[in-house]
Amino acid sequence: MLNLTVKQLAAGLAARQFSSAELTSFFLSRIKAMQPALNAFITVDEEASLAAAREADRRLAGGQGGPLTGVPIAHKDIFCTRGWLTTCGSKILSNFVAPYDAHVIERFRDAGTVILGKTNMDEFAMGSSNETSFYGPVRNPWNRETVPGGSSGGSAAAVAARLAPAATATDTGGSIRQPAALTGICGLKPTYGLVSRYGMIAFASSLDQGGPMARTAEDLALLLGAMAGFDARDSTSLERPAEDYTRELARPLAGLRIGLPKEFFAAGTDPDVARAVDAAIAEYRRLGCETVEVSLPNMKLSVPVYYVLAPAEASSNLARFDGVRYGWRAPEYADLADMYAKTRAQGFGAEVKRRILIGTYVLSHGYYDAYYIKAQRLRRLIAQDFVAAFRKCDVIMGPTSPSTAFRIGEKAADPVQMYLSDIFTIAVNLAGLPGMSIPCGFDGSGLPVGLQLIGNYFSEARMLNVAHQYQQATDWHARVPPGI
Amino acid sequence: MALNLADVTRIAELARIEVDGEEAAAVLGQLTRIFDLIGEMQAVDTGGVEPMAHAQDVMARLREDVVTEGDQHALFQQVAPQVEAGLYLVPKVIE
Repeated sequence: MLNLTVKQLAAGLAARQFSSAELTSFFLSRIKAMQPALNAFITVDEEASLAAAREADRRLAGGQGGPLTGVPIAHKDIFCTRGWLTTCGSKILSNFVAPYDAHVIERFRDAGTVILGKTNMDEFAMGSSNETSFYGPVRNPWNRETVPGGSSGGSAAAVAARLAPAATATDTGGSIRQPAALTGICGLKPTYGLVSRYGMIAFASSLDQGGPMARTAEDLALLLGAMAGFDARDSTSLERPAEDYTRELARPLAGLRIGLPKEFFAAGTDPDVARAVDAAIAEYRRLGCETVEVSLPNMKLSVPVYYVLAPAEASSNLARFDGVRYGWRAPEYADLADMYAKTRAQGFGAEVKRRILIGTYVLSHGYYDAYYIKAQRLRRLIAQDFVAAFRKCDVIMGPTSPSTAFRIGEKAADPVQMYLSDIFTIAVNLAGLPGMSIPCGFDGSGLPVGLQLIGNYFSEARMLNVAHQYQQATDWHARVPPGI
Repeated sequence: MALNLADVTRIAELARIEVDGEEAAAVLGQLTRIFDLIGEMQAVDTGGVEPMAHAQDVMARLREDVVTEGDQHALFQQVAPQVEAGLYLVPKVIE
């Protein structure tokens, strides 16, 4: 069961080779054994998981099963999960048992999947290393002295360490793709609007998007099929016909035009990362693809633009955490204003407070035009660069992250250094495009390298095909961390 | 536009986050570095470019003016820090 994919596990369940209860017990015992070493989970509830597994087994026995029924999946602790502690990695939600399900959770429950637990994450998804979690850092299964990336670090570590065959995650500036790259797994951030944000605790609403993490592109296609779909409760959810994201997996790649943005291959990227990405592109050429140079001249501004827009939206979204309607409240205070100020000062961690302050400032009187509107204008230029690039190519490729996993503590003291580690992923969120990371090699110390694929709007099925064909020709995605 | 300590105090107050004196100095240092990074935006001329608020040009959806939600008052108040008789309790606002 350890190395089987979601597709293989579903086939095994359908053929009665094992039950969902057996499968769930297997992964729960792995989670328990590895928790002290990796800290990938915030909440595990064995009884609830096993009850759901037995229910899935009944569905399967009654011939009522769907393609994912009985498959156990871990969920990022940003998704409200009815009856489960849902903390978003924060002290301020450390006592919050969600009274309702996020749309994504609802979809996975309806599909008959089993919740294995809630995964650790950077507080309110603000971070690139999983070090800002109130529940402590997650460790990278490939080298436990290094970070798994963030903010979906727990989901990524869980999938890489075979504690779960797949997990949900979210991506506001790279939080699916960067941890997928740093832990040697696959992650997909869909086109903005494809996956409902209902019940997904909001960070920056115009950028946030949920997506799957797994070990193969084929599994991502199956999971995205379960996650995506219109939901009237999210005002930005798109009304589109349901898609089978596996439909193009087998398509040959001959004639595919791959755009290589020169900005992705400039100095500043770790030479080992550049080598692995170059080798992956050479493999694509062998598979019959053509490459063409494209340019994203405004991409260099994506980090400053993001650190205006995302904190601005966050400062507004996080105003709801005031110690009145839910969550944690400071034990001592003088009056109402003091209760707010102390609850928020003691309930939020340093990075979250930093971003709320940045956001408050850029939205404040006298600075709104110079910062917020300026950033929105640049956002359009960044998005237009992609429109121009996609006139010349079908998919864009480059590194997901400029480096492999860095050491725990290495960048924690310098927010700007940490922010710059998302240089290759942020522009995709600003444009609202789909982006993916798949494993494509290792650096000199055996840490995984991720290849980023960026597609045009709604081209997920084609991107998954492009990733799947690479995985038929290579085995980077099948490598297992030492000791796992 | 260099930030100063008074700015930090003012935005902390607007954000309803208590920041004490010593902490304010540290926050000022970090925010200054971040705003140096953000300042790179000013190098590009954006005259004539429409601001982009959103990735998709979506219009707000309209729906029939009918009740779609049941009463979940009790359920949602279960997770509140302090509730009495169906009301959220906060420190006294009016003396």
